Amino acid sequence: MVSTIGILGAGRVGSAIARTALTAGYTVHIAGSGPAADIQLIVDIVTPGAVAMTAADAVATADLVILAVPLHKYRSVDPATLAGKIVIDTMNYWQPIDGDLHEFTGDARSSSEVVGDYFPGARLVKTLNHIGYHDLEADARPAGDPERHGLALAGDPETAAVVAEVINRFGFDPVYAGSLAAGAAFEPGSPIFGGRHTARELLIELGPAVAEAA
Amino acid sequence: MEIGAYSFGDTPLNPDGSPRSTAEGIRNLFDAIVAADRAGLDYFGVGEHHTVSMPASSPGALIAAAAAATDRIILGSAASIISTDDPVRVFQQLATADAISGGGRVEITAGRGSSVETFPLFGYDLRDYDTLYAEKLELLMRINGSPTAEVTWSGSVRPAIDNLAVVPRPVNGRLPIWLATGGNAASSARAGRLGLPVSYGIIGGEPHRFAPLAELYRRSAAQAGHTGENIKVSVATLGLVAPTKKEALERFHPGWHNLNVEMGRLRGWPAPDRRQFEAQAQAPGAYYVGDPDDVAERIAHLHGHLGHMRHFLQSDVGGLPHEHLLESIELLATEVKPRVARLLAAK
Repeated sequence: MVSTIGILGAGRVGSAIARTALTAGYTVHIAGSGPAADIQLIVDIVTPGAVAMTAADAVATADLVILAVPLHKYRSVDPATLAGKIVIDTMNYWQPIDGDLHEFTGDARSSSEVVGDYFPGARLVKTLNHIGYHDLEADARPAGDPERHGLALAGDPETAAVVAEVINRFGFDPVYAGSLAAGAAFEPGSPIFGGRHTARELLIELGPAVAEAA
Repeated sequence: MEIGAYSFGDTPLNPDGSPRSTAEGIRNLFDAIVAADRAGLDYFGVGEHHTVSMPASSPGALIAAAAAATDRIILGSAASIISTDDPVRVFQQLATADAISGGGRVEITAGRGSSVETFPLFGYDLRDYDTLYAEKLELLMRINGSPTAEVTWSGSVRPAIDNLAVVPRPVNGRLPIWLATGGNAASSARAGRLGLPVSYGIIGGEPHRFAPLAELYRRSAAQAGHTGENIKVSVATLGLVAPTKKEALERFHPGWHNLNVEMGRLRGWPAPDRRQFEAQAQAPGAYYVGDPDDVAERIAHLHGHLGHMRHFLQSDVGGLPHEHLLESIELLATEVKPRVARLLAAK
């Protein structure tokens, strides 16, 4: 049962997720790249209710960690701190923003599998990556709302089930796509990425194998 | 409230959709700035982009030409990507334009750029993104704030300058320098801390959601001891004005569609969706596309959230027919601006 969420990254994505999580009733700890004091005023005004911390403290105190840094900075997160933690990877490889990063261009796997290699022991789930940060707050809807959108998840089934409940409380229908490798189906360039889909439409996009298992 | 326009240049399209010359895009932009000045628009911002569809790569050169051909309008870069340029050169070019303008009409807006095409073009390493921006902004401010022509500076991203003249000096002593941001909270805090006016580029979502950022900006400025007229907010959005809302939507949509197809190809977005366009073109959306009443009301409404003193629109994207840009500029100056003034006075 998740009650405290630690967010690494106080930029646009991290801030939007923090507000969404606060609205959903979670305790939110948020960290930038430096001391808590560096982001104190930002947190007070932009994500009121969240607590500014160092990255190490935000991870240590969280039931679930959300990686919301630009992908080209993911190695700034200390891998030892994430071992054993449930971690949402919201990051995408975006050449126009990240530049040419050979470890991603030269690897056919999903970006989360590449990231996962750097975080051994972390229980990584890929989600929240295919919705724009503008839309996260604007599109959240209560369960059962016919206009509620779906968000795809990839990771091991047990961990993904824990994350699915968080996605549900955020205001979206979680749609399990399969193991971390299945996350390639909702990365940039896929029909799912940046689109708006109900859970039913997501299942169709993800294909018959996923739809059948659901 | 100042009302303005901005452009990254818009290379016109042939009827079959193929691009015409980038030079024509630049010439159209120059003509639009002159027309804006004649119509009484307050502000025109230029570039910097480096693509075939958006060829305004050199705001300094365009603004210098426009400074000679205009009388009243404020001209600014929007924005200069200083991370990958030399702040000495940026300053010199805009200070030259300031001299040509007669003084007091030229501004610099410093930004990082929303894409990274300038890094390979000018031979910079993306890993230095943050350091380049921080140091070069500091150098630009040092040059501009210098009480004499001689400047001294040292840092890691560029050779040191030891008491060397950087000229011409601005007619009024200094050029206004703005900091451009797309909504990263740390950038708002930085602008406040540095005492620079902040310019928000709001390209999607709901613009009134920038209200906490504007508050963060003002509180950061106050904490650092910066007060007075330099602490102010401007807003740049997409938009187009036409005699009727229906015409505005029909005129703006094809170019918006082209822009999003191109961006989508680069960034892995799906095909642009007309419903999404229509939603963004109504309150509380981010596209100020409408008739003069509609656009004026939405600008005045946003003012209630952000307290901005300037709102400027980018209309010419994806091959907008030039006459539609010119009519929008005319309507902005003659119809939208007085309506906004009336709405704000009535508050």
